[in-house]
Amino acid sequence: MKSLKIICPNGHLGFAPLKVESFRLGVAAKPDYIAADSGSDDIGPVPLGTDTCASPAAWQEHDLEHMLLAARELDVPMLIGSAGDTGTNSRVDMYVEMIRKIARRHDLPPFRIGWFYSEVDRELVRTQIRSGTAVAGLDARPDLTEDELDATTRVVAMAGVHPFVELLKQECDVIIGGRSSDSAIFAAPALYHGFPEAQAYYLGKVLECASFCAEPYGAKETVLGKITEDWVEVTAMHPGQRCTVASVAGHAMYERSNPYHEYVAGGMLDMTDCHYRQVSEKTTRVTGMRFVPATELRVKLEGSGKVGERFVGMAGIRDPYTIANVDEVIAWSRAQVIERFGPDGWELHYNVFGRDGIMGPLEPLRDKPGHELLVVVQGLAPTREMAEEVTMTGTRQLFYARLPDVKGTAGGVSFVLDEVLPASPAHRWTLNHTMRIDDPLSLFPTQTATIGETATSDA
Amino acid sequence: MTTMKLSDLAKTIRSKNAGTDKITFDVIFREAAAYEQVKRSRALTRQSVSQLLKINPNRITDFVEYDPAYAIKFTILRDRPSGSAGDGDIFGAQQYAPLLDIEIALDS
Repeated sequence: MKSLKIICPNGHLGFAPLKVESFRLGVAAKPDYIAADSGSDDIGPVPLGTDTCASPAAWQEHDLEHMLLAARELDVPMLIGSAGDTGTNSRVDMYVEMIRKIARRHDLPPFRIGWFYSEVDRELVRTQIRSGTAVAGLDARPDLTEDELDATTRVVAMAGVHPFVELLKQECDVIIGGRSSDSAIFAAPALYHGFPEAQAYYLGKVLECASFCAEPYGAKETVLGKITEDWVEVTAMHPGQRCTVASVAGHAMYERSNPYHEYVAGGMLDMTDCHYRQVSEKTTRVTGMRFVPATELRVKLEGSGKVGERFVGMAGIRDPYTIANVDEVIAWSRAQVIERFGPDGWELHYNVFGRDGIMGPLEPLRDKPGHELLVVVQGLAPTREMAEEVTMTGTRQLFYARLPDVKGTAGGVSFVLDEVLPASPAHRWTLNHTMRIDDPLSLFPTQTATIGETATSDA
Repeated sequence: MTTMKLSDLAKTIRSKNAGTDKITFDVIFREAAAYEQVKRSRALTRQSVSQLLKINPNRITDFVEYDPAYAIKFTILRDRPSGSAGDGDIFGAQQYAPLLDIEIALDS
């Protein structure tokens, strides 16, 4: 095989639906694979902690349906990573079930599906810690402690290319992955067909966010990547978009702390000496990428731990004197919660929109609040009942705050709703670490099945 | 001395999560001239950014002048992971606003 073509219709499948027109154009270009990642840690720690999705099932199924029908029609494999936003086991099973359902609905001829899981048993991580092998913190985090592990509800490992390649070897037509490194989903088929690591991982890097590597800006449009021994080309499929030197080089920066280095399980893609050249109206060719194999195999772990049940309240402020003293107002409310529940065992968080609700301590204009504020209150506690009362107290007592010179003594804040709203339980990212493994498949058990052969054989 | 706002010189000014613990900022220019102008002005540096955001310079993990894309990029550590209760910007997508008004000295 001299070259290989992969299309990617969506940078986070399910989070918003793919755009059909450019996807059809991508399919018409006769790709060898159709692939997309469905996950992100952008969505915060709640979905992983509660084992839920951040995306509606209808949008996930919409994209899976378009991709499956196109892949089966072209008779090319379809690869999905990080099923259902988080890539937990239940999300993988859910996507496999969606594929079965879509296949039944369209009466598709039999095909082979493979999937792998990414959840990691906490006790396995504990064994590593106890054996003295550091579970190393990323991004200035300390190495993982058992305390922090105990505070963790669920852990997923970030798969590299290995389980995808394994399932390609088993001739799967559809692969549903647990949590996956987005570039690995695209690099895996390229490696499977013998293309060099540098070009393969670059292909993944440039395709993983679909049309984010094209201009003008427009998400969820299909792009096509082509790999050879020497270069990677990327082409925008949408009639109004182009992949330019600027847009492709610029994408190397996107959501990465550094535009030159991309770390995956097994090594590092070095883009320092990448050269970009516009080869046609909609296509840019990239050369000069390198791959530096890792000396030991480490996988990234993501973990989320529950902090507490949560309710949310909101209060508006229009009086300029109260705005100037909003910190005292908040301190009053907090004091009322302490009076009721004591100093510990609950949390109150106040975001003061109109002052620094978005940027917090980073806000340069913190001393120039707007003429009206919205205070968003989050109350956390071990039980829902207590969280509701903490939040209610922390919100309603803003109304009764005792500022010495306030003119408006009938109520210090405005309410859009005189109630507090139930929210998802608060979680936090407890793990952003790497763990050494010997066998790259050991954390990612694979399974296969045939769909559509008879009514029962795909069980 | 004539100055221009960074927002009038740059094509793109954006911020976004880089993982759970960092936010990365991209300032991208349409052409080399504006990019080089901003680099020469020294108005967008590790030092100026740490002053603007009132953070210790050691919280800036990366600061890169990225010639292939005419871009200046830097990354900061969050004070707590994204999506922790009280985080006002889970995606980190609205943290770039203070960069818009940075005054760039024009030398020609």
